[in-house]
Amino acid sequence: MSKLYMARNPRVAARSLDGEMMIMSGRDSTLFTLNRTATILWQAADGATPLDEIVELRICHEFDVDRSQALQDAESLARELATHEILQISEEPITQPALQSGSSTGEAR
Amino acid sequence: MPVRVHTTEPGFLEMLQNRYAGFVSSSERAEIEFDVDLTPPRSADPDADVSVTHERGRWTLQRGDFRAQWEPALRRGWIRQSANPYSIDAVLRIVHTLVLARQGGFLLHSASAIRNGKAFLFAGVSEAGKTTISRLAPPDVTLLTDEISYVRKEVRRQNAGYVAFGTPFTGELAKLGENVSAPIAALYLLAKGSENRIDPIPAGEAARSLLANLLFFAQDEELVQSTFHSAFEFVSRVPVARLTFVPDSRVWELIR
Repeated sequence: MSKLYMARNPRVAARSLDGEMMIMSGRDSTLFTLNRTATILWQAADGATPLDEIVELRICHEFDVDRSQALQDAESLARELATHEILQISEEPITQPALQSGSSTGEAR
Repeated sequence: MPVRVHTTEPGFLEMLQNRYAGFVSSSERAEIEFDVDLTPPRSADPDADVSVTHERGRWTLQRGDFRAQWEPALRRGWIRQSANPYSIDAVLRIVHTLVLARQGGFLLHSASAIRNGKAFLFAGVSEAGKTTISRLAPPDVTLLTDEISYVRKEVRRQNAGYVAFGTPFTGELAKLGENVSAPIAALYLLAKGSENRIDPIPAGEAARSLLANLLFFAQDEELVQSTFHSAFEFVSRVPVARLTFVPDSRVWELIR
């Protein structure tokens, strides 16, 4: 199975409020509220860490779930987030200077 | 924000003066000037989708019943529409959302009113009770609007806060707000129920509800981001609660 890499789309606006991650599409103003798993993927989507490593270190660690099932679910979720242009996904590491600035994200309260 | 309207049609001008009475002045200063080019009436759907796009410093606003352009750098624009008040009303609302978005403010689907020097906002979708609560307001309450609230971020004595202004944008009450302003003390999300009460709501729900009630039209990533973050800043500074009310005037005993 090939590796999958994810990067946050810098063109969306994102905020975490009391642990709840909300994201608004810059394209059509659609608002998304991420569940816990999607929030973990979003926060870990640095373009350099492969999905299987994120699942191993973050999701399996937090939810005590079967690794292969968790990876399958996470990949499905990542692809869904990509269809909404919240995440960018690729089988190669994603280089994206805007990710480093975190300019479109913020933490409230 | 003073807006000057140029038209060669006296009847249209008189209609605007009547519609925006209380908000009309003879001030020489104008932030924006619009030339209105009146066209013959044609069958156009005023409920059609609005298109608001930005290209090379110029905003283009379109709906079935109007087309307009506005260049912020020149502070000038034009509106092409028939001689009706609804088209220019829509253009003015859209332009205000664009200006406010850059200043940390917004227009909100909400009634608003001033009591004891403090402004209160009552947000909700159609039928939520914006007009009802406005109609029930006692005499010591100054109505700012029963439909569209004008919210601006202001820094006073090094403290950032939010101020609500009266608007001429009316809903079912068809009554203009007063042309005054006050610091915002609370935003209430309206719900009709069997008793009058105020309940706190989680911060996430407050932000989501605020975003759901914002007027925003522009297909522009920068403004979307700006407005999104403004909404979060607002809920971090202004108390937001659910106001459940029976449609009678006793609800105003809770709002002081």
